[in-house]
Amino acid sequence: MRPMAQMAMVMNLDKCIGCHTCSVTCKQAWTNRSGTEYVWFNNVETRPGQGYPRQYEDQEKWKGGWTLNKRGNLALKGGGRVSKLLHIFSNPKLPSIQDYYEPWTYNYSTLTDAPAQQHIPVARPKSLITGNDMKITWSANWDDDLGGSIDHGHKDVMLKNLGDKVKFEFEQTFMFYLPRICEHCLNPSCVASCPSGAIYKRSEDGIVLVDQDRCRGWRMCVSGCPYKKIYFNHKTGKAEKCTFCFPRIEVGQPTVCAETCVGRLRYIGLMLYDADKVLEAASTEDDHDLYEAQRGVFLDPLDPHVIRESERAGIPRDWILAAQQSPIWALINTFRVALPLHPEYRTMPMVWYIPPLSPVVDIIRDTGHDAEDGRNLFAAIEALRIPVEYLAELFTAGDTAPVESVLRRLAAMRSYMREITMGRPADESLAAAVGMTGEQVQDMYRLLAIAKYDERYVIPPAHAEQAHSLEELATECSRDFDRGPGMGGSGPFGEGSGAPTPITVENFQMLRDRQTSDTASATTSTHGRVNLLNWDGHGKPAGLFPGSDVSQPDQPDQPD
Amino acid sequence: MTTGAEVLLWVVVPYVCLTVFVVGHLWRYRYDKFGWTTRSSQVYENRLLRLGSPLFHFGILFVLAGHVMGLGIPKSWTEFVGISEGLYHFMAVSVGTVAGVSTVVGMSILIYRRRTVGPVFTATTKMDKTMYAVLATVIVLGLVNTVISNVFGHYDYRDGVSVWFRGIFRFSLHPELMAAAPIGFQLHALAAFALFALWPFTRLVHVFSAPLGYLTRPYIVYRSRDDQLGSRKPRRGWEKVK
Repeated sequence: MRPMAQMAMVMNLDKCIGCHTCSVTCKQAWTNRSGTEYVWFNNVETRPGQGYPRQYEDQEKWKGGWTLNKRGNLALKGGGRVSKLLHIFSNPKLPSIQDYYEPWTYNYSTLTDAPAQQHIPVARPKSLITGNDMKITWSANWDDDLGGSIDHGHKDVMLKNLGDKVKFEFEQTFMFYLPRICEHCLNPSCVASCPSGAIYKRSEDGIVLVDQDRCRGWRMCVSGCPYKKIYFNHKTGKAEKCTFCFPRIEVGQPTVCAETCVGRLRYIGLMLYDADKVLEAASTEDDHDLYEAQRGVFLDPLDPHVIRESERAGIPRDWILAAQQSPIWALINTFRVALPLHPEYRTMPMVWYIPPLSPVVDIIRDTGHDAEDGRNLFAAIEALRIPVEYLAELFTAGDTAPVESVLRRLAAMRSYMREITMGRPADESLAAAVGMTGEQVQDMYRLLAIAKYDERYVIPPAHAEQAHSLEELATECSRDFDRGPGMGGSGPFGEGSGAPTPITVENFQMLRDRQTSDTASATTSTHGRVNLLNWDGHGKPAGLFPGSDVSQPDQPDQPD
Repeated sequence: MTTGAEVLLWVVVPYVCLTVFVVGHLWRYRYDKFGWTTRSSQVYENRLLRLGSPLFHFGILFVLAGHVMGLGIPKSWTEFVGISEGLYHFMAVSVGTVAGVSTVVGMSILIYRRRTVGPVFTATTKMDKTMYAVLATVIVLGLVNTVISNVFGHYDYRDGVSVWFRGIFRFSLHPELMAAAPIGFQLHALAAFALFALWPFTRLVHVFSAPLGYLTRPYIVYRSRDDQLGSRKPRRGWEKVK
């Protein structure tokens, strides 16, 4: 046994209202730089829908993830080592910027600088790739709320296995949101695809990161990831991906997407797993068995043998305690309501989902029946094959049994708790019908419905004695970075060359550049930069507001 | 008797350029690991790249192999293992022509792409343009030499240029051999050394990142927070408690 700790997330899809707050705050925190305009480490897809990038789930096209070869061994679907190196000069399976969308901005200056005139001035969309005028035809969530799905809804890859006849009825009745981040897989195919060995899984918490100093821009990871959650920064020529907000996790804070989620649908916690079993589990022959196989890889943090082995493996005691209190462990194992996204990719993803019951509830309510009644819900789960089969395509490689089981548990909880809320005696038969006790149902209700901040996020901070090696703790002299090479935009070898800069400082600068720039791409000029950290609060800091003379933005402010 | 100009061109310039090459790479690797990348433009444009890039890269790899053969291996060695002058010549010309033509065709496609595809051209730095000019000069001069020396002339570079080139690394200097070489070879050599001097400051550094280690490393890479690049050794007294 080789126990390892993995930081993991579960999202409760019933609660997602599709507000995109997670996407926006993530973008503000991580990908507001030029070169990453089209990049959304976190995106929210309306399902059914094509997703982002378009049809990323079609692995016959993109060849992401793992597959079993003829001898039954696990192999990269996109080809092994030799094949990767032979295709290194032109990656045959790389999505183009058009498969995501062409990022754009507007030339706002035509609005702000417009003279008094008869006609209302118009800000035209400008491509952030070419700088030219462009016609906006797609974006990261163009088909939000099934928008335009009459035209392209049938392009959802998952519908292929559901057959043609159900399609339209289905689209009229059933919709939910799917927020996606990097899965931080136990068996990541992006890591395996990287020729440079720049992508790695952190042995402490399992977070998958790209070493920006080692990445050489071969782009194999973009093709290798079946979730298409590795992005190519077209300005720096390096791969970037969701970091699970490691600087926050290291100090015990939840990720930005989780922290800002208005539905409070995200749970973060540790899972212990046996690294020796990962390969065997990922090589499970039948796709339908992969969900159970992955559950078999996890270790029970309450098992004394596991605790002993974990301590021997160097996992700190407080991390083991956190694993015992982990909401992820409870949702995946105790209550068994969380399911992995696309286990058939064989990457052993670690961001799991509680499938939504709401489509079923909505249909019952629309037909005029009691949508809170357990028997009605159970019957509907039986009868409404289409939503269940669709969810099964997403979460269990098409096996409807686990999805039905989860939905029945959610339905039972809903009905059971209604009786209690209404002051009636609890119906223990409802709990028993899904193989739970009333007490377990109430525990699950507490975790799903009213869990407070510290119950949803059980994140043990990284250890103080390791503080010096944590990226984001300033135990270095802060002047090491100030005015260092690379701080002023472009280095001599193209944008982003020069020494690495601390994440937050760079973000602030880039964000300000982009927001105050008149040109389509970020300006490289240092004029007009304001360091608010040096501002003592008196008067206006020089350069905060644009001067009347655009050519001299640095001149001191004129008294009003 | 060698003149000062000959010494300058065929001794001083090579050593200066090679020094810049070596020290430049060390400096770049030390200070600009983040900028050390292929700077691929494939996300912008794929149709032309899919054709041009493999043509160019595989071509230039064969060209490189040819140069290692022709410049690196003394004539006496190949003759010792029984490769006759005729056989060597036939191999060099046949493989060399195919490789050279595919390199030039590939490079032409890539340069055409870089100039005409809007996003790719926008992403081109001044250094890229300089590098393209020098690289194209070297390659075209090399191809011209191959054609001329095989069709019209009878210059055997293995008795001239190669001996001079090997001498640079063995500190056995023969500027007179280079001075006696045809003008085409002289220009090719000078352009090549200019390219070497430019090399560390361009995207050509990606040549030294050829990921051959991928063939032998395990698929999944685990790394501890402790040994990350960018985190320096703790100061004395601040080391981690074991």
